[in-house]
Amino acid sequence: MKFKAMTAVAALLVAAPMLGMADEEAELVVNGEIKMVTKTDAPAHLEGALPEIMSGWRFRSDETQQTQMDDFDNPGMIFVDQAQAAWDTAEGSEGKSCASCHNDVESMEGVRAVYPKWNEEAGEVRTLAMQINDCRENQMGAEPYKYTGNEMTAMEALISVQSRGMPVNVAIDGPAQSTWEQGKEMYYTRYGQLELSCANCHEDNYGNMIRADHLSQGQINGFPVYRLKNTKLNSSHARFKGCIRDTRAETFSPGSPEFVALELYVASRGNGLSVEAPSVRN
Amino acid sequence: MAEGVTPRVKVPKKAEAGEVITIKTLISHPMESGQRKDGDGNVIPRSIINRFTAEFNGESVIDVKMEPAMSTNPYFEFDATVPEAGDFKFTWYDDDGSVYEEVKSIAIG
Repeated sequence: MKFKAMTAVAALLVAAPMLGMADEEAELVVNGEIKMVTKTDAPAHLEGALPEIMSGWRFRSDETQQTQMDDFDNPGMIFVDQAQAAWDTAEGSEGKSCASCHNDVESMEGVRAVYPKWNEEAGEVRTLAMQINDCRENQMGAEPYKYTGNEMTAMEALISVQSRGMPVNVAIDGPAQSTWEQGKEMYYTRYGQLELSCANCHEDNYGNMIRADHLSQGQINGFPVYRLKNTKLNSSHARFKGCIRDTRAETFSPGSPEFVALELYVASRGNGLSVEAPSVRN
Repeated sequence: MAEGVTPRVKVPKKAEAGEVITIKTLISHPMESGQRKDGDGNVIPRSIINRFTAEFNGESVIDVKMEPAMSTNPYFEFDATVPEAGDFKFTWYDDDGSVYEEVKSIAIG
């Protein structure tokens, strides 16, 4: 495997442990109690594409990794606190809060692990963000959150925290299958002036350097993710947009059907990894 | 008046007598310095946490005076020796007169 080979070579060249080089055997345990699966066998649909799947956590430096191992050090948890306040705050014409229907946020346990998910009533695959805004508009009579805005990512993080440590397990068959196929098609399509597909970087070259950074497998089990570069939570659609922009292409919009399909497909590539959100990355 | 101020504290639930433990505290607060101006050029008034204290069974463990250069969400991590079972009491003093308190008990054994 390329990533292994890379680190082995690096270890030979530099006798002392490489600063900023991820420890491959490190295990992610949050708060000393939540054990995360950060490396496991690839799901069946990835046969021939990837031997095993790895969380982006494994590609980060020791310091960044440690920041995620304690909720006190994880700056993303501040936004979770903010969302907890929002969860209990009534908004909109109906005078309801999230808690009015869903009670304690603990009732959201397991939700993050299975999203994006087919919504029978709406007849479409829905992301967690779409579901949050559906609640806000139709149940609370409130203004929807901006799709990649701070309030939305914080609320997604709060809901994700309830599922931390649970394996991602999005359904790719049944009614969701055509959306999944669309996402897969996109994943392997070359976009932009640089003519790069998602797979060119995240499947063919993970573990290699892209400028000063390690390419990860592009797993989204840790989203929304706290990024050190912009000190806030980032949604997967904002990341997709950033990646496609970097190929010098016109991007799709966050929340667009194309990105929903891509999110479903990319999420399914991480089936088996733990829900880590809010994770910490650079 | 700062909004959404939530203190968080992490203290081990128990320790050996005389053991040195690590305490972590964080309070989410905008810590507005008073140096910034809004879009219309008006000075945004200063609003910070200006003092933080920790006491163990009434005895002072740490007493910190804070100035406007402190960043958002002040985080303190420090060690304390635990001679006996008791309560850690943490207090944050806001410019606006608000006082935020948090108490954590620790057992011996």
